[in-house]
Amino acid sequence: MTQVLLSLLALSGLGALLAFFLEVADSYLGFYGECQIRINEGEKELQVSGGGTLLSSLMDQGIFIPSACGGRGSCGYCKVQVLEGGGPLLPTETPYLEPEEVKGNVRLSCQIKVRRDIDIEIPSELFLIKEFRTQVEGMRNLTDDIKELRLRLIEPDTITFKPGQYIQFQVPEYEQCPESVYRAYSIASAAHEPTGITLVVTRVPEGLATTFIHEVLREGEEIFLNGPYGEFYLRDSAREIFFVAGGSGLAPVMSMLSQMAEEKITRNATLVFGARQKKGLFYVEEIEALKERLPNLKVIFALSNPEEEDRWDGERGRVTDVLEKIIKNGANKEAYLCGSPAMVEACVELLTKKGISQELIFYDKFA
Amino acid sequence: MEGLGLSAPVIFFAAIFTNNILLTNFLGMCSFLAISREVKASLGLGFAVIFVMTCTSALNYLVYYHLLVPLGLIHFRYIVFIIVIAAFVQLVEMVIERSSPILYVVLGIFLPLITVNCAILGVALFMIIRNYTFLQSVAYGAGAGIGWTLAILAMGGIREKLKGASIPKPLEGPGIALIIAGLMALAFMAFSGMIQIQ
Repeated sequence: MTQVLLSLLALSGLGALLAFFLEVADSYLGFYGECQIRINEGEKELQVSGGGTLLSSLMDQGIFIPSACGGRGSCGYCKVQVLEGGGPLLPTETPYLEPEEVKGNVRLSCQIKVRRDIDIEIPSELFLIKEFRTQVEGMRNLTDDIKELRLRLIEPDTITFKPGQYIQFQVPEYEQCPESVYRAYSIASAAHEPTGITLVVTRVPEGLATTFIHEVLREGEEIFLNGPYGEFYLRDSAREIFFVAGGSGLAPVMSMLSQMAEEKITRNATLVFGARQKKGLFYVEEIEALKERLPNLKVIFALSNPEEEDRWDGERGRVTDVLEKIIKNGANKEAYLCGSPAMVEACVELLTKKGISQELIFYDKFA
Repeated sequence: MEGLGLSAPVIFFAAIFTNNILLTNFLGMCSFLAISREVKASLGLGFAVIFVMTCTSALNYLVYYHLLVPLGLIHFRYIVFIIVIAAFVQLVEMVIERSSPILYVVLGIFLPLITVNCAILGVALFMIIRNYTFLQSVAYGAGAGIGWTLAILAMGGIREKLKGASIPKPLEGPGIALIIAGLMALAFMAFSGMIQIQ
């Protein structure tokens, strides 16, 4: 018995000693004191406690830099011009920066840490991005693995966004997610109904956010969002439009179509919505309703892998097969694509081949 | 009692050349292969290993002979050695993160993995098996660290030179690295006639 006690004592004593030693070391090495972030030559000056990433330090102060991956350094969206105090360029940043950007001191704000006073330049529009407190108003299953999430805005109670843009959804800490993370979702609801936001979420096995939304989140609970972000929105022109959506990529397109209906935009437009089977199609009634209001809208549902019982007599094949068939000459046409990276890349390749110019192909990939 | 016959400087020298822990015992291979693409990163990791090996061999010696042996707890030696090593690696990580963010990112996961670098636990175990004194243990730890660094630096240098070379496709990357490691081990065998500490 004494032997057991002795070993416990000796081991825990040694552990405690080392822990104390590390704690002391950390209070010297991990402490950077107060640092100042100077934005746009003094347009804003923030005091933050050093040590955190630039992205999270700015976020804590209510300035939201677009980021789709939530600071993991895998999307390359959170670029910020750092004039001074950013430290040396890190190997984790270089894959996402063009040579001109490197010359212009552009950095990934999720990778650099605030260790001293820092001087940055950001577009003033980013000051418009806000954090929203919202409440889950309703949820429903659109397909076996796609859920619609309706959120009512509480504070601030309205949002101004361009249809097609996305927001960042804050996944709070829960069982499978030890610290809160952000994930980007396109807004599916219409911009002229600014008191709520609808998101469309496909379940991803092991996905932190999608598991949370599909299994943990309940009606009435509060969720924080920030946004809006993104360059994916309807451009003003008279050109014919091709919308291409795969799965939950339909979300931003629905918002754009609502905008067209509301603003009575009568441009010729074709929506190609791709899914694997009939059970993967959703918002079919809503699309029909929009068609009533948009006489120049054509809708094509394409199933790549219809089942026997689907009795499908519509288009078969991938969305690219459909586009191949319906587009003769791409001159003077615009395309808006949203879906998996593979789908978007295949479509961009095909559409450029058909003669739609690169600058008129807009897309949003979700990885 | 073989350890007692050799002076600390001799052990120090032997640990670097004749009994290089990497090239004769093949311990610590994983980070040796992964971080040897550039001399700069190799050097950074090398210094981290030297520091951790020297400090932990001293500390582990003291803990072993002044805590575990008197209390009759030598069956706890592995867990104790690992805790001490882990604490030092944590310290090194803090220092590197503070002083060189680039090196911190380049080393990535291989920095915390020094904790389970078998060369480091190997040094602690060898010093006990060979009955080294305190001074001999520290000399052995420092020598083994420098020897390991020498080997990874040489490898980094060779691999940098190889960047422009045309290597047969199937041998690119780890393949050629393993062949180089083998040749380097052969070269180091030439030292082995001088002293033997095993």
